[in-house]
Amino acid sequence: MKQLSPAARARYFRRQLVDRVMSGLCMLAAVIGLILLGLILWMLFSNGIGGLSLSVFTNSMAQPGAGGGLANAIVGSLIQVGLGAMIGAPLGMMVGIYLSEVGKESRFASVVRFVNDILLSAPSVLIGLFVYQIAVAPMGGFSGLAGALSLALIAMPIVARTTEDILRLVPQAYRDGAVALGSRENEVVRKVVVPAAFSGILTGVMLAVARIAGETAPLLFTSLGNTNWSTDLTQPMASLPIAIYRYAGSPYGEWVSLAWTGAMLITVGVLVLNILSRFSHAAVAGRMKG
Amino acid sequence: MSVMTQKASDTTGAAAPVVRETARQTRGAPLGAPAVTPTAPIAATIRISVQDINAFYGEKQALFGVNLEVPDNAITAFIGASGCGKSTLLRCLNRMNDTIPGARVEGRILMDGADINAADIDPVQVRTRIGMVFQKPNPFPISIYENIAFGARTHKLAATKAELDDIVERSLRRAALWDEVKDRLGKPGLGLSGGQQQRLVIARALAVSPAVILMDEPCSALDPIATAHIEALLEDLRKHTCIVIVTHSMAQAARVSQITAFFHMGELIESGPTDQIFTMPKVDQTQNYITGRFG
Repeated sequence: MKQLSPAARARYFRRQLVDRVMSGLCMLAAVIGLILLGLILWMLFSNGIGGLSLSVFTNSMAQPGAGGGLANAIVGSLIQVGLGAMIGAPLGMMVGIYLSEVGKESRFASVVRFVNDILLSAPSVLIGLFVYQIAVAPMGGFSGLAGALSLALIAMPIVARTTEDILRLVPQAYRDGAVALGSRENEVVRKVVVPAAFSGILTGVMLAVARIAGETAPLLFTSLGNTNWSTDLTQPMASLPIAIYRYAGSPYGEWVSLAWTGAMLITVGVLVLNILSRFSHAAVAGRMKG
Repeated sequence: MSVMTQKASDTTGAAAPVVRETARQTRGAPLGAPAVTPTAPIAATIRISVQDINAFYGEKQALFGVNLEVPDNAITAFIGASGCGKSTLLRCLNRMNDTIPGARVEGRILMDGADINAADIDPVQVRTRIGMVFQKPNPFPISIYENIAFGARTHKLAATKAELDDIVERSLRRAALWDEVKDRLGKPGLGLSGGQQQRLVIARALAVSPAVILMDEPCSALDPIATAHIEALLEDLRKHTCIVIVTHSMAQAARVSQITAFFHMGELIESGPTDQIFTMPKVDQTQNYITGRFG
């Protein structure tokens, strides 16, 4: 430091100062984000925990004062989200595999990629209206199946995108190695590329599930919601987001409290899914790296 | 014997030259390297015959009229500066260039007399007979056992678990890796050291019993001791296989190969018995390259 000229010293300190200010700003942004998230969770839990009781899980929705719960909404959500993921995830995976491994930079693949991106950012209410047109109207009524279908349409482009992104991270050396051993294209994909990326693909699926678990708008036009217990896929079906939507806006304190509890349940569910996906990711990565 | 091909004219004699090991011995192996002594003479059988090959990546021509004959039971080394076309030719030999968009090959490459680029030849069949080892070890992210079993499973070489076990053990033994991994076959291949990984992928290639093994700078990512292991292994493998190795290390070419081919700017400048190339090359460019006076 002693040998530096005054000008060089000034430059040095200015750079040091700018560096510290920039680091500080980044830190500030991270802290603000964390505080906001913490506030949301705090509000959710402080309002939701009070309404939590066994009857939430055992009783269906009922009139205020009748001791109703959310059992039908929870089960309805599980059915629709599960079915939606079962339809949407495999389709999305296949699109992702096509884009990354088969179509690559071809014209058709570029079109598919573009359309998938549009679908990805389409307002979910639009998806609901679309399914209303193609399923609800022809079938003559709202149904759990239509709800699942709309959720599948939301999950599919998410899974397609994450699958493609993850597959592109698989080193080309794996593909070359398999090709050099005399593997055919489909064998390269099935036996090497997809297994290598499987935990990542699974993470994408879980993220999609987390996303559709909280969707309200598309269900309004498709499964409608149901205050009674029903697991019939051809009938209107209850779901947590719609129950929250109905209850939160009601004038009854008991219903508002249940809405908070429902929101908390969805959040906890999504949180558990995220933790699970982390877990499976770490486990698979550990198995591969040794 | 026509193991040597010259760019300008083919004036090499008809008598089969006995490849002596003088170059290898006088040039000296690095400290710690095992003494590599040849045990099998070069067979006169030509395994691969490259005839007037031009290769293109899109508009860019990477190889210009290359002619070369690769003998069986010998190690042929491709040397030359980066971008000289040696790796391109290697990738032509098992049609790996097919996987690169825009890559195109003209001319004929005969393996055991059959044109591997013929319309009725399935590239997958070509690659099954011609194995390849890459610059960076690329074990699949699965267990050691499954890595070796991969090709055998793909080509249904084993009917029973016992047969598969046998293929795995034999391949690992031939790659001189068995003793180091026999107690942890279920462990991930990626958990091995770099040198072990490279022997693992050599074993993986051997498991499908290829007639030819192509190696693209197989030691460039390894330390000298791991390199010495691989080189000793190569000498052993060539008794039963035709090996082509691309290398940046002239010392390595001198140590392991019987035939050396020197490439420059997409052309094959000179090829012939390794000791001749390294002691009395016929072309000045070769002389300049091997002595490090490369312009």
